Amino acid sequence: MKRLFGEFLKGIIRENPTFVLLLGLCPTLAVSVTVINGIGMGIAATFVLLGSNIIIAMIKNTIPERVRIPCYIVVIATFVTITELLMKAYSPALNRALGIYVPLIVVNCIVLGRAEAYASKNSVKNSFLDGLGMGVGFTLALILISGIREFLGAGKLMGQTIVKGFEPAFVLGMPSGALLVIGLLLGFFNVLKNRKT
Amino acid sequence: MRDRLIVSVSPHLHKKESVSRIMWLVVASLIPAGAAGVFIFGMSALWAIILGVVSAIAAEAILQVCTKRKVSVFDGSAVITGLLLAYNLPPKVPFWLPIVGSFFAIAIGKQIFGGLGQNIFNPALAGRVFLMASWPKYMTTFIQPLNYDAVTSATPLAALKEGKLLEHISYLDLFLGKRGGCIGEVCILALILGAMFLLIRGYISWHIPTTYILTVGLFTFVFGPKGLFTGDWLFHILSGGLILGAFFMATDYVTSPLTYKGQIVFGIGCGLITAIIRLWGGYPEGASYAILMMNAATPIIDRFTRNRVYGAQ
Repeated sequence: MKRLFGEFLKGIIRENPTFVLLLGLCPTLAVSVTVINGIGMGIAATFVLLGSNIIIAMIKNTIPERVRIPCYIVVIATFVTITELLMKAYSPALNRALGIYVPLIVVNCIVLGRAEAYASKNSVKNSFLDGLGMGVGFTLALILISGIREFLGAGKLMGQTIVKGFEPAFVLGMPSGALLVIGLLLGFFNVLKNRKT
Repeated sequence: MRDRLIVSVSPHLHKKESVSRIMWLVVASLIPAGAAGVFIFGMSALWAIILGVVSAIAAEAILQVCTKRKVSVFDGSAVITGLLLAYNLPPKVPFWLPIVGSFFAIAIGKQIFGGLGQNIFNPALAGRVFLMASWPKYMTTFIQPLNYDAVTSATPLAALKEGKLLEHISYLDLFLGKRGGCIGEVCILALILGAMFLLIRGYISWHIPTTYILTVGLFTFVFGPKGLFTGDWLFHILSGGLILGAFFMATDYVTSPLTYKGQIVFGIGCGLITAIIRLWGGYPEGASYAILMMNAATPIIDRFTRNRVYGAQ
């Protein structure tokens, strides 16, 4: 039981996809403008990650070694299409805000990376927990980055104005601001990690 | 000065030069331009300069204490950064703008890379570009010269970009600084006085400023508004932040190429980018972006312009 919990937990801190594995930075840079977008993106990616990890762990023995990547992509694309259609039906505003980055989850390195590195070698149960942990880790990282960017770049959190009279720094709402925030957070986490060891 | 490294046998004469001495002399050479800016725009300019310098020193001290490094605020480099940042601000800005800019310049522009001598980009310009991208409203509101009631006015380059250049701006006004603009960039006379001091004493070489200014002049003359070879090159040289940038920011030891050959390439590159932004870009002035871009290219310029080792094939 403890081991299983570890499979889930490692995606959140020790192997956090954004801050440790540095995977999936493209959607991270692009959508982390507001917290709502960050959460939406995180949930969408988590759903795809869960689905693809489970299916790939199930069919891993029937996939021929040579064409495994195309097979993974087909599975992932199926779940991305489901996600996109669901999002269009139930939350069109979020779909408009995320735009092209929803279909682009297909090529998100986290999803393919976990399929190749984990789900194709482990049991369905472990893959499910791995996908969940990675998805939650990705979502938390997105919330952290988008929280900083939304507060400093637009003076708001979750669309609400927090401090009156605060003049937001527009640059943090731009892609260059995302690079700055991610770089500083990465350095900060590396300092923490080095101090521990 | 940097190409005069001569290896010889002892005894050597010791010269009283050090990093901090040079830094303080650069600060001294910048004072006339600041004084002129304060005279032209009034007390608000002085406040911006003081806030910029003080917060740059504070930022450097705080960061060096936090990272447990030697506190080196008295070597003058933080003062230069704060001073140059303030010189790049419009005269009437909210009080927190120079403070935020100085902190960004020192923290992100310099200390994160490891302090003086390690930074890739000119810290003051990094701070300016951060402010420009973050609070464009404050960074592009200029006031009229010699009118202490703070009437807003456009800079000559901004007026040119909007196609309504005021005819009455004479070259003499531009040279003396009677125009809208940033605090330290307007008075060309004072800037040239400071620059001459540095050039004659050998603290900066002529290569970067000369090639930079000549390239801008040539380019804006060739691609004039009424066809080829009709440009107002003198206007372009005397307006904007070109002179301040060319003499005091493009020549920063840390972020410019080491050899004279490399410095010439650097100067021409700065000139081309500045002129292209001014003529066809979205912003009225491009000196800060040009210098930052060429800062990024400096390592590669250095690699291709190495001096041949004496005796090597």
